[in-house]
Amino acid sequence: MSLEKITTISGRGVHVPGNDIDTDRIIPARFMKCVTFDGLGEYLFHDVRKNADGSAKQHPLNDPRFQGATILLSGANFGCGSSREHAPQALQKHGFRAVIAESYAEIFFGNCTTLGMPCLGASRADVQKVAAAVAANPAVEITIDLGRSEIRFAGQAIRAVIRDSAREALINGRWDAIGDLLEGVGDVKRVAAGLPYLTV
Amino acid sequence: MSKSLFQKVWETHTVRTLANGQTQLLIGTHLIHEVTSPQAFGMLRDLGLTVLMPHRTFATVDHIVPTDQVSEPYADPLADAMIKALRRSCREHGITFFDRATGKQGIVHIVGPEQGITQPGTTIACGDSHTSTHGAFGAIAFGIGTTQIRDVLATQTMALNQLKVRRINVTGRLRPGVYAKDVILHLIRTLGVNGGTGYAYEYGGEVFDRFSMEERMTVCNMSIEGGARAGYVNPDETTFAYLRGRPYAPAGAGWDVAVARWKSFASDPGCAYDDTVTIRGEEIPPTVTWGINPGQGVAITETIPDPAKATAADEKASIEEALAYMKLSPGAPIKGTRIDVAFLGSCTNGRLSDFQEVAKYLKGRHVAPGVKAIAVPGSQGVGVLCASLGIDRVFRDAGFEWREAGCSMCLAMNPDKLVGDQLCASSSNRNFKGRQGSPTGRTFLMSPLMVAAAAVTGRVADAREVFGVSPG
Repeated sequence: MSLEKITTISGRGVHVPGNDIDTDRIIPARFMKCVTFDGLGEYLFHDVRKNADGSAKQHPLNDPRFQGATILLSGANFGCGSSREHAPQALQKHGFRAVIAESYAEIFFGNCTTLGMPCLGASRADVQKVAAAVAANPAVEITIDLGRSEIRFAGQAIRAVIRDSAREALINGRWDAIGDLLEGVGDVKRVAAGLPYLTV
Repeated sequence: MSKSLFQKVWETHTVRTLANGQTQLLIGTHLIHEVTSPQAFGMLRDLGLTVLMPHRTFATVDHIVPTDQVSEPYADPLADAMIKALRRSCREHGITFFDRATGKQGIVHIVGPEQGITQPGTTIACGDSHTSTHGAFGAIAFGIGTTQIRDVLATQTMALNQLKVRRINVTGRLRPGVYAKDVILHLIRTLGVNGGTGYAYEYGGEVFDRFSMEERMTVCNMSIEGGARAGYVNPDETTFAYLRGRPYAPAGAGWDVAVARWKSFASDPGCAYDDTVTIRGEEIPPTVTWGINPGQGVAITETIPDPAKATAADEKASIEEALAYMKLSPGAPIKGTRIDVAFLGSCTNGRLSDFQEVAKYLKGRHVAPGVKAIAVPGSQGVGVLCASLGIDRVFRDAGFEWREAGCSMCLAMNPDKLVGDQLCASSSNRNFKGRQGSPTGRTFLMSPLMVAAAAVTGRVADAREVFGVSPG
């Protein structure tokens, strides 16, 4: 299975500030009534972006200056709560290609990596620097360089943190693990043979 | 060398190390439900793959089943389509499906243990973050996304990073009127909603030694709300007694062999942990959340936090955000806050003992005027047991609606939803913005008996006072 080798991602950013932004907020449960992920982008952050009558609330994703942004900036423990892959799927279908935040909830981080959407960690001060540059000039290009573990924007560079296994998987085009896992199926049968509960 | 249960389970289930350093881990038991699996079966089809171990895959419907309608087609066509998609996938791949017609349907984390599928020393995965519930049996259980469901269907494995283990001791005894739910809400309040990132939590100590399996499940269930990917309790005689005689538990000569094997998985005395936390059981109060994440809780006797008294800028901002959403005043006592809805159920607190404990106190009491109260057994099995003990009657007589099994108002994917900014006293696990189905709905998390106290008084109340639980 050949996948894109994700080494650098460039694009414009949008800052959705706050800590502990949970996956219910990213995609409310009522929009998960679907048998494919296709239409989810439309409902991204729905309840914080829209009023009950469908009109737009004040939200960075509704701000015309940040339309077309492909890199999301946020705070600590981003993506906490439900394991729903609908959350990263909604981000990706909406057009996002990467997230830069202070930290991530673990299941969300793994779900994003599996979709080839890197989640980079950065210190609060550094996230603020990127956010300030984006606020000053929404057209500023942000480049995430996974090989060098850095993020460049507006003539500045900050350190980006990502778990080694995720970086390896992304830059080597192995972020969707299915190919690797299928190669190991022969060994699965050997390990399973030693586990009595599997034969029942 | 002495090892923790986590290490033993990890080692016995390791298939190999992948090129990126992750472990390919064998998942012995795969539980699926109607909301996160249809897309996975679609992916499987797209790749021309099939289910490797259909006999180790078990399905049920819980997330979107209506609790006030039994016959199909369901009123919600999307829900109906998802349930039919799962039924079709199970038939096509030979997967056991605990459909409503079997009498064994229910919330996936209640059905697994009830059927004896959840066993010590095993690995379990399910496309639901509360899969950590199964850790109560000394299993290592992971909540996963849909692409990983595909991985487990196709290969019975997934790619994982190893976790560190934090031992959490709860010593001594709980005071009367303090429950397993208070233990986990207190732990999350103390350790933080992301305090467990990178860890599996091993719960132990005298309080856990005495806990029933259902109480252990309540705590393990909410491990993820503290950021821990998994949570578990070492298997002991309580575990074995629970499993004995259940449909999928070993029987006959196989029983003793299985018990001996299960015992061998328990953490060795003196094994090393990456971190240890000790909390005195006597210090845990009945706890209620006031905010928009499960760590924002206070003792029932405390006041709602005041952002002006916050020590860190972050804390101040998060209190302000929560108070604005929750429409609460800083510094006010949490006790006495008026509620609109009482919800008793969910994979956290939808088991027999939850309803049994409340029924003891609910006799002769009635839900306060203007409060909508619903009780939702976690499985058809729980519903049948409650009916045989007359528990459903106690709830109905008290003015609760007694429903069919499902996740119901915990995540409100079915018709059970809050309306507008209603405030719900809830025995569920999440108080996120909009969680219970209304974008402005509000949730207070608490133990089942505290939900009942709120239901009968119409306000957040101290169940010990309302029901005369002796302070001990």
